[in-house]
Amino acid sequence: MSTAHIGTVRLYVTVFAALLFFTLITVWVAGHDFGWLNTPVALGIAVTKASLVVIFFMGVRYNTPLTKVVVIAGFFWLFILFGLGMMDYVSRPWLGVPGR
Amino acid sequence: MANPATPLGSSPGANEPTVHHAVAGHAHGAGGHAQAHHPKLQHHFYSMEQQLEASTLGMWVFLVTEVMFFGGLFMAYIVYRTMYPDAWVGGSHHLNVYLGGLNTAVLICSSLTMVLAVRAAQVGSRNGQIVNLILTILLGTVFLVVKYFEYASKFEHHLVPGPHFDPTLPTAQQLFFSLYFVMTGIHAAHMVVGIVLMAIILVMAWKGQFGPDYYNPVEISGLYWHFVDIVWIFLFPLLYLLGFHGGPGA
Repeated sequence: MSTAHIGTVRLYVTVFAALLFFTLITVWVAGHDFGWLNTPVALGIAVTKASLVVIFFMGVRYNTPLTKVVVIAGFFWLFILFGLGMMDYVSRPWLGVPGR
Repeated sequence: MANPATPLGSSPGANEPTVHHAVAGHAHGAGGHAQAHHPKLQHHFYSMEQQLEASTLGMWVFLVTEVMFFGGLFMAYIVYRTMYPDAWVGGSHHLNVYLGGLNTAVLICSSLTMVLAVRAAQVGSRNGQIVNLILTILLGTVFLVVKYFEYASKFEHHLVPGPHFDPTLPTAQQLFFSLYFVMTGIHAAHMVVGIVLMAIILVMAWKGQFGPDYYNPVEISGLYWHFVDIVWIFLFPLLYLLGFHGGPGA
């Protein structure tokens, strides 16, 4: 027999309810103006929802350490893309580089 | 690593090739072999567990390339949004928050049915797999139908970038709508692929090919489906919710 972990229906329904709840929250929050915090709040909720999907629905919690490293490294490289990319675009006007 | 034959790190004790009961229709393991093995076990794997771990890891490596693929589009989104913040809020105003929210809920429901389909395979319920896979396909189709009506309304209101773009709107809003169509369009293309994938898995489940010992195709197709859901979880707030501050329908 397989030794894979089998999640309970109860767990999956709870995660599902949490995802719907966060969707309502993100729409509700968007109806209020928090100034510069608008986008961080929306992204925070989205990251929370995505984490729930990755950890429970995709079952990374029960995967091997090697798979976990690959998953985390994948998202880490995404932040390198955003971080280094924005370092360029944000700093261009400071230096008066033509072509912006 | 205690056992060099299992580089993926299964728990100790899970490494011995278990003698599995032969699936109906296969004469495997009926004698002759010194070591009976599961008919679904490929020769280059040591055990069913290792085979599942390898499939999962391989699928994740593919999904990381997908993260990078969508990452490039999100990068373009960030760059242009910082350059033209007003065009972004203005463009977002034209998107229907309720349809976008409905589609978010539809995809979350489909992720639930997907995970239940995988679970049904793990506990050996053929009916559970069939019902949940059909529900997943239906919910995916609902998503695409809603998307069709959204796209149609954008064409009606001259919000598609190009020569017919509403001339009263700021030119920079065309950038927002370009990214809107490319990002949601590629996401929708992934949905179409996912639905085709689920149809194939449904046929395999119908034939009773999956059970507690072997459900790798359901598992890794499920990973793909959840990934597409995650992309939408980010697209929804980033595209639809920027212009909502004025209240609904503004």
